[in-house]
Amino acid sequence: MTTPSPQAPVLQVKDLQVQFATNDGPVFAVNGVSFDLARGQTLGIVGESGSGKSQTALAMMGLLARQGQASGQVLYQGQNLLTLAPDALNTLRGAHIAMVFQDPMTALNPYLTVERQMTEVLQWHKGLDRKAARQRALAMLDAVKIPDAAGRISRYPHEFSGGMRQRVMLAMSLLCEPEILLADEPTTALDVTVQAQILALLRELQRDLGTAVVLITHDLGVVAGVCDQVLVMYGGRVMEQGSVEHIFARAAHPYTRGLLQAIPRMDGEASSLRAIPGTPPLMAQLPSGCPFVPRCALADAQCSQEVPVLQAIAASQAADEPFVAHRACHRTEAQVLHHEVLEAGHG
Amino acid sequence: MADTTPLLSVRDLQVHFPVRAASAWPWEGARPLKAVDAVSFDLYAGQTLGVVGESGCGKSTLARALLHLHPATGGSIVWRGQEMRRATPAQWLAVRKDIQMVFQDPLASLNPRMTVAQIIGEPLRIHYPELDAPAVMARVRSMMDRVGLTAQQINRYPHEFSGGQCQRIGIARALILSPKLVVCDEPVSALDVSIQAQIVNLLQDLQRELGLALIFIAHDLAVVRHISQRVMVMYLGRSVEIAERKALYQHPRHPYTQALLSAIPLLDPVAERNKVAQLLPGDLPSPLNPPSGCVFRTRCPQAQDACSATVPTLQTDARGHAVACLRA
Repeated sequence: MTTPSPQAPVLQVKDLQVQFATNDGPVFAVNGVSFDLARGQTLGIVGESGSGKSQTALAMMGLLARQGQASGQVLYQGQNLLTLAPDALNTLRGAHIAMVFQDPMTALNPYLTVERQMTEVLQWHKGLDRKAARQRALAMLDAVKIPDAAGRISRYPHEFSGGMRQRVMLAMSLLCEPEILLADEPTTALDVTVQAQILALLRELQRDLGTAVVLITHDLGVVAGVCDQVLVMYGGRVMEQGSVEHIFARAAHPYTRGLLQAIPRMDGEASSLRAIPGTPPLMAQLPSGCPFVPRCALADAQCSQEVPVLQAIAASQAADEPFVAHRACHRTEAQVLHHEVLEAGHG
Repeated sequence: MADTTPLLSVRDLQVHFPVRAASAWPWEGARPLKAVDAVSFDLYAGQTLGVVGESGCGKSTLARALLHLHPATGGSIVWRGQEMRRATPAQWLAVRKDIQMVFQDPLASLNPRMTVAQIIGEPLRIHYPELDAPAVMARVRSMMDRVGLTAQQINRYPHEFSGGQCQRIGIARALILSPKLVVCDEPVSALDVSIQAQIVNLLQDLQRELGLALIFIAHDLAVVRHISQRVMVMYLGRSVEIAERKALYQHPRHPYTQALLSAIPLLDPVAERNKVAQLLPGDLPSPLNPPSGCVFRTRCPQAQDACSATVPTLQTDARGHAVACLRA
């Protein structure tokens, strides 16, 4: 999965911010998200509900709600997508950058057959006639392993099962062989066996087409399976960022570690789960310092006053690490790890 | 296990719904939708039975049938020696003191126009009408404290709470009658992982303290593994495998259980990438028109001719590991 030489990134996001104007004043939904994504790579964005992960993707696609405002830079082929005119953006979206949404039932148009929805993409972006577009759509439905694609293509979305609909979405997003695919919780609504099918498919297509994928999910198991880089978000901020190996083996942020320990594992035996106390913050009432302060066992006065900045982790700059790991925490890595040893001793 | 008679004993439970196809002629009768077709298990006091399966396998219908929220159409439900399938409403009312339920959607299962005190106290007012208001309030307060809600929240409405707190209210409502069995239908699947762990820990603490039996229904196999002593796997309305937790997760014998377990993503990038997942072909068949013989045979990697002719029944071995498969 990991490419030996880091290639030039196809997508660069620099200090992405999303702000919503609400009746209760501005809400800062995303603060300072930055990453580079190379061809064929997968970046996972992980977080709980309300952490800003979906807004990050929507902002990149220019799909924010009207009261939302994105700033920063999303660079694709030297252009900043955030400042691009809608017409220019429309030629990119769907053709070069595609998106898969969480709920395939609401993302597909219930009034149009699957054929109409799929050929529309090709007619618009590639200028194909209906016949050629239909051939191409059929080939793509075959590629995502929809049995009897020729018979099903003229059906409406409601005639498909959930897993099938998600496959149709995936096929539709890949019609123009985009360089970048944004997938917002593509398997959350699906059963585990169907999820395994969809993820296997995604890996296969990515290998064949070299698509760079941004995968948004709350499921760390999915991340472990398909991602190269991981970005952990909480309260609209990046808490920790690094290679998937770093996140699962050497995570050094209290939130990332808490998240990993809160999940029941399929291996090993634990008498009780280590829950993170408290609840995720309301985005309209974020604490002034680190958003994780109210739930963090290591927080002190500094944490509730100063927002920690994302800094490179020294230990990760080894030659075998393709990505430099970053974390945003006032405590040192040693303090975070030491605290856990103490906790385990008490428990 | 000191007590050898099961608290709840279910045999060949069936819940069929009559369904008329949209394209049916007016004179055509309804066909049965077999939501639950053959489910059998025993549950002992203080034990947790996990029920897993994918959406549409009948987990929730089973939970509802156990409380007579959907009447069972066949089989038997024996609660502490008493056959409940043909029980009268009055008998059910008496039994429901002992069997309570926690629902999946924490907010939708709470009446938005009732305060927390009214919601948690309602079972007491129904089952113990002789209790006066101060006595009910005292019990509500102590139960709220027990599930981690503060006394100031007693007059608030459900919409003022987060998902995790709403689920605590649902648990408090289920436990206020000191039931012997709580049926939890996907109690944590709507919650974030950090909150999910809080609720799972709460349920386990309460179970230890009160000696509750739990039926824990979930599609998340890792959570079920964490909380259950015995686990039942369902597929298309039938129980296909029941075993002690360890036996089921380490040596699954039914091909469906094997596929289900191999599909769970592991929390380890190296192991996850190197594992050979056993992908199931196709989709779940319709419960209106299930395959003949074994219902899993259309997707089973080991299916052979005999599987389409014979319906496999649960066969229990000496260690209590039951499998419904001709080939296991």
